[in-house]
Amino acid sequence: MPSKVKKPNRRNERAIFALGNEAVVEGALLAGCSFFGGYPITPSTEIAEIMADRLPRLDDGVFIQMEDEIASLGAVIGASLAGRKAMTATSGPGFSLMQEHIGYACMAEVPLVIVNVMRGGPSTGLPTSPAQGDVQQARWGTHGDHPIIVLSASDVHECLEMTVRAFNLAEKYRSPVILLLDEITAHTREKITLPEPGSFEIFTRIKPSMPPEWFVPYEESMRGVPPMPPLGAGYRFHVTGLTHDVHGYPTSRPEEVQNLMQRLFRKIDQFFYDIQFVEETACDDAEILVIAYGCVARSAHLAVVQAREKGLKAGLIKLKTLFPFPRPAMEKLMQHCRVLVVPEMNMGQISREVKRVNNGRAQVRTLNRVDGQIITPGQILKLLQKV
Amino acid sequence: MAEVTQLIHHYLRHNKKFPHVLCPGCGHGIVLGSLVRSIHQLGLTKDEVVLVAGIGCSGRIAVYTDFNTVHTTHGRALTFATGIKMANPGLKVIVIMGDGDALSIGGNHFIHAARRNIGVTALILNNNIYGMTGGQSSSTTPQDSVSMTTPFGQMEKSFDIVELAKAAGAHYVARSTVLHVKLLDRIIVTALERPGFNLVEALTPCHTQFGRKNKFKTVVDMYKWYKKNALPLDALAKLPEAQRNARVPIGIFVQEEAHSLEDRYVMLRSRLQEGAS
Amino acid sequence: MTKKKELTEVFIYPDWCKGCGICVAFCPSQVLELGPDGKARVIKGKECVNCGFCEYHCPDFAIVVKTKPLLKNYANHAQQGQKAQPQK
Repeated sequence: MPSKVKKPNRRNERAIFALGNEAVVEGALLAGCSFFGGYPITPSTEIAEIMADRLPRLDDGVFIQMEDEIASLGAVIGASLAGRKAMTATSGPGFSLMQEHIGYACMAEVPLVIVNVMRGGPSTGLPTSPAQGDVQQARWGTHGDHPIIVLSASDVHECLEMTVRAFNLAEKYRSPVILLLDEITAHTREKITLPEPGSFEIFTRIKPSMPPEWFVPYEESMRGVPPMPPLGAGYRFHVTGLTHDVHGYPTSRPEEVQNLMQRLFRKIDQFFYDIQFVEETACDDAEILVIAYGCVARSAHLAVVQAREKGLKAGLIKLKTLFPFPRPAMEKLMQHCRVLVVPEMNMGQISREVKRVNNGRAQVRTLNRVDGQIITPGQILKLLQKV
Repeated sequence: MAEVTQLIHHYLRHNKKFPHVLCPGCGHGIVLGSLVRSIHQLGLTKDEVVLVAGIGCSGRIAVYTDFNTVHTTHGRALTFATGIKMANPGLKVIVIMGDGDALSIGGNHFIHAARRNIGVTALILNNNIYGMTGGQSSSTTPQDSVSMTTPFGQMEKSFDIVELAKAAGAHYVARSTVLHVKLLDRIIVTALERPGFNLVEALTPCHTQFGRKNKFKTVVDMYKWYKKNALPLDALAKLPEAQRNARVPIGIFVQEEAHSLEDRYVMLRSRLQEGAS
Repeated sequence: MTKKKELTEVFIYPDWCKGCGICVAFCPSQVLELGPDGKARVIKGKECVNCGFCEYHCPDFAIVVKTKPLLKNYANHAQQGQKAQPQK
């Protein structure tokens, strides 16, 4: 989110030739991340490696390699409770292990960022090849009904930008935020310009501002996001993964459970306009709309440009927020569309959401590839010409 | 003596309902009292203490105390505690776990916390059984004992928590029973004073789920069993070798000095900053 | 710790007592018994030797052994207890 307030001082900007994974680190440090807990897994390992080098050089930075991904996210939750902006990075199998603690972070409302560099699956799958098979897992992976924020990025600069946004959203809404990358985006090396500190809006969690005796840790409010004190600051309260009342104490009273669950959903849903990012290309008069995310969005972009050259009224919606699914933005654009094309590197995960939002109005065509190879612009163009 | 109970009351949360949820005679309450006395004796403030608990009966006791309390997931309490301690080394982090919690589902986290010498005090409340779920065998259920999932007797060997912690590299390993409460107080105080990973195993009886099925008529019989069979290390050494096996040694098994992980991290940071300037 | 008798008074909060019987079984002077309601009660208060076993071992924090000199000024004592000064 480049700020309009100040004219950027070009002398302080630094151009680097970076991997997507490196850009994630730059974004995280820019956002104020000072804790990384992780476990090595291809193709996300560079994030941990660079963090291990960078964080100990900071005044308060902590890097720790844990014994597995469950422990990694546990440590990240602990650090976040202690007041740090904290993150971890992983890939498919590790992401599966983390599901338990994603649920805990949702329930206890712990801000944190998880970067999942998607590779082919299921199981050990294709460790060094790209895929987009974890989309619905990111939404529904942990057990129980829960709200979640899932973002994605399609190029190296976006890796940086979306990491900053991920931290901002996590802190603003006290929620885990998952950033889904794919092996191609994470391992592409591109020139990016590092923004000067201060040119991005950085959000830090709101702390309680009343005397500790009057602090009610999970109090109802219009915003639905209670202020969060760090451990040891005088606001002693109980953090738990059990359903809890406004004081944080375990409860199974139906009305208290209902209130908690409704607030957890409301705090995310009511701010959809602040959370849902999409990027439109040639959408205004488009009859054929391509809906894509991650590395496929880059192929789709080229395909749409080429389709326009051939006189087809094609447009592209690049999803930067996958969940909560950007329904309002999509509905507006879908009204004048004949066909919706959803290319993705799985057997159809976002296309489910598209079909749900589309509700039978336009024709939905999916383009799926699960062989560990990227969907090419040519493939998409061919489909655009066919429809 | 008058100060003992009133002191504990002072550290309890006054807006929680008492008596607590634990069964009559459960030793967890005694451990909680011992922990409170130890914290008080060291002059720690309520604000600087973080009590991290796992899942199970032992996990339920944290909520009753007026410290910073975190009730985590099953077996993972040590991972949360590691994050908290690394993020803010100024906090006194105490982890309360059960035997199934720490050694079965959390066995991996347990050995690694001991190995990396993270500065937390781990309190394992060992009642030899999964109490909250209704009495299934745990990894410390003694061989041949009966539980809901071993109705014909446990066939597997059980873990010795002290030996496991020693092998994993813990620099302070101690054990007591809830009957030997003075010893328990003493080893918890020492554990809290020391840097690095400190393990205290508290043997605590579960009559409801373990004792009843294993020939203990009342919970008091289980305390009497501790009185008869738990022996301090020096007393045990005086026994003829043939009689030692049936006894449970209590006391301090390992006490060594070593830098904790968070101290090493501070040293690394200052080294890097010196190099940079 | 004084071992002299009659210098203490044992109090029980019946609401918090769950009647486990640990205090009754281990009291060296048989000061306590389980009453008809299943809760511990004091029967021979004068026999108390102030060993503190019951107080240290009550899992429900339901027993208070008060020493007599303090009893004279109990209100004052209660305040001191709440301040919770470190002993070291």
